[in-house]
Amino acid sequence: MDLDIADGEFFTMLGPSGCGKTTTLRMIAGFEQPTTGKVLIDGTDVAGQPAFKRPTNTVFQSYALFPHMTLEENVGFGLKRKKVPKDEIKTRVATELERVGLSREAKRKPNQLSGGQQQRVALARALVNLPKVLLLDEPLGALDLKLRKGLQVQLKQIQRDVGITFVYVTHDQEEALTMSDRIAVMNEGRIEQCDDPETVYERPTTTFVAGFIGVSNLMPAVASGPGEVRIEDGPSVPTPDAARFSSGERCYAVVRPEKLDVDLPENSPTDQPGVDGVVESSLYLGTATQMAVRVAEDVSMTVLCPNVSEEERQSLPGAGARVRLSWLPEHMHLVAESDADKAAADSKPTETVTEGVN
Amino acid sequence: MKAWHWLRENAVMIVGLLAIAYMLIPILVIAVFSFNDPSGRFNFEWVGFTTEYWTKPFAITELTDSLLLSIRLAFFTAIGATILGTLLAIALVRYQFMGRRAANLLIVIPMATPEVVIGAALLSFFLTLNVFELGFQTLLIAHIMFSVSFVVIVVRSRLIGFDRRLEEAASDLGANAFTTFRKVTLPLIAPGVLSAAFLAFALSIDDFVISNFNSGSEVTFPLYIFGANQRGIPVQVNVIATMLFAVTVIAMLAVIIQQKRAEKAAAMRPEEVANKPAISLPV
Repeated sequence: MDLDIADGEFFTMLGPSGCGKTTTLRMIAGFEQPTTGKVLIDGTDVAGQPAFKRPTNTVFQSYALFPHMTLEENVGFGLKRKKVPKDEIKTRVATELERVGLSREAKRKPNQLSGGQQQRVALARALVNLPKVLLLDEPLGALDLKLRKGLQVQLKQIQRDVGITFVYVTHDQEEALTMSDRIAVMNEGRIEQCDDPETVYERPTTTFVAGFIGVSNLMPAVASGPGEVRIEDGPSVPTPDAARFSSGERCYAVVRPEKLDVDLPENSPTDQPGVDGVVESSLYLGTATQMAVRVAEDVSMTVLCPNVSEEERQSLPGAGARVRLSWLPEHMHLVAESDADKAAADSKPTETVTEGVN
Repeated sequence: MKAWHWLRENAVMIVGLLAIAYMLIPILVIAVFSFNDPSGRFNFEWVGFTTEYWTKPFAITELTDSLLLSIRLAFFTAIGATILGTLLAIALVRYQFMGRRAANLLIVIPMATPEVVIGAALLSFFLTLNVFELGFQTLLIAHIMFSVSFVVIVVRSRLIGFDRRLEEAASDLGANAFTTFRKVTLPLIAPGVLSAAFLAFALSIDDFVISNFNSGSEVTFPLYIFGANQRGIPVQVNVIATMLFAVTVIAMLAVIIQQKRAEKAAAMRPEEVANKPAISLPV
């Protein structure tokens, strides 16, 4: 694995459990040592150095706050080890607790706090040391959804304020998309794709990335020539993506659910590529209607129709209807089959809808 | 009919009370007989009530000396066994080394071996070695030897439930191994270490069999009582025994309260503590 993280970047490693993201983080922190290779921080190779000598600090998934110390003592622990003068420790700890909004709880013990508060103490305890790199191991994993959303915003804000490089580990694709400057999608110890959130979502490069981020609408296809791909049991579509594949190579065409149009075959726009299928189910989600359309024996496509008006929603074809799915050529991307795709197929998250990303 | 019904309703409580009575009456007898005014040399029959012996508990010099010796011995045993046992427990829980599983088993052997065997074996060992003079030194070595296993077991159980990520966090924040142990590990296992020390103290002050073999000319408190039994036990023995009992109970209560408080502070998830026994101190 080869990875470059820029100074001041909010970098996320995203992947299913067991993909190696936490191990990578622990190697940067120094809890585990790489058997081969280097870990460079600011140009210095720290591989082989123990954790306490490295310019990194970690926010643990379980917070790992010292239960026998007050919040103040917890936050001041790192500065004390660095022999920072007492007065300075005091002011820096106070400033940091102020930042996370826990000044009044300074004399309390961690077990007297809620999960969200403990998480903020863990963040303060790491940030107060002004590390070169802050490592966050699913820091919001144990919190409920609403709290998590609030803290995501706060965390991003804090990162902008302090300008420290954040390396963030999560299995939550939405969290990764909303917070990161760049995302490395990992699978079985390898990086499948490393790009900014928009690229990762809009232009995934492998079936794994397409499936892990958002809903996978994968249509088997064959690159039929430079700049053209032929979808199995479907039309040939011109696409610049085809240049990445040699002629005759197998690949998959991906179209995001919200980019698909669903119409009765006779009403379908003739100037757009499309495939025929049968509606299997239709779910009302409030903001949209989600349809599953079977286009081939083993290919099912998910379609999201935004809830624009009552009238339009009523006119959508119901289950059992024969329909045609169409899309604009520029909304279709080709992905290569991941090496680990077979294994990943079992553990693919079954997110039903990706709100707010369009 | 009504009485029978009442009996059935409260059967568990009655049996429970009987069991407790069975355990505590002998101790109560000791306390009661410390107020006895025996006519002869033996304090086995109730004659009359007196507080005379409570006013002069330390009147018998040999008795007082033996008690002081036992306290001194128990004190040093507790310190020695606790340090050794804690280090052993840490090694057994934390490190992978050749023979770790065997060591885990060997630890319980001194507990399972009959005391007479240990006592006799130690005596022949000391005589063969011929380095230590039989007396306080050999007593201390013997007492630490048989207490260590208990300390290891108490501290080990505390270490097994220890969240290693706390040590990683300390290391992450710049603490080296020694500082991590001093500032994080030790304070968090302290309740276990403290119970272990109390346990070692209690085991030492109470030991008769092993001490009997290895005491040389020294006379510990249990040895004195056993010796006195031949010629008549003075009432002061009951008085001091009652005092010891009271001190032990108070110390135990103190440990329980302290441990409860520490566990509450240490518990990130309180429901886990509720399932754990508050104390493991079989005094």
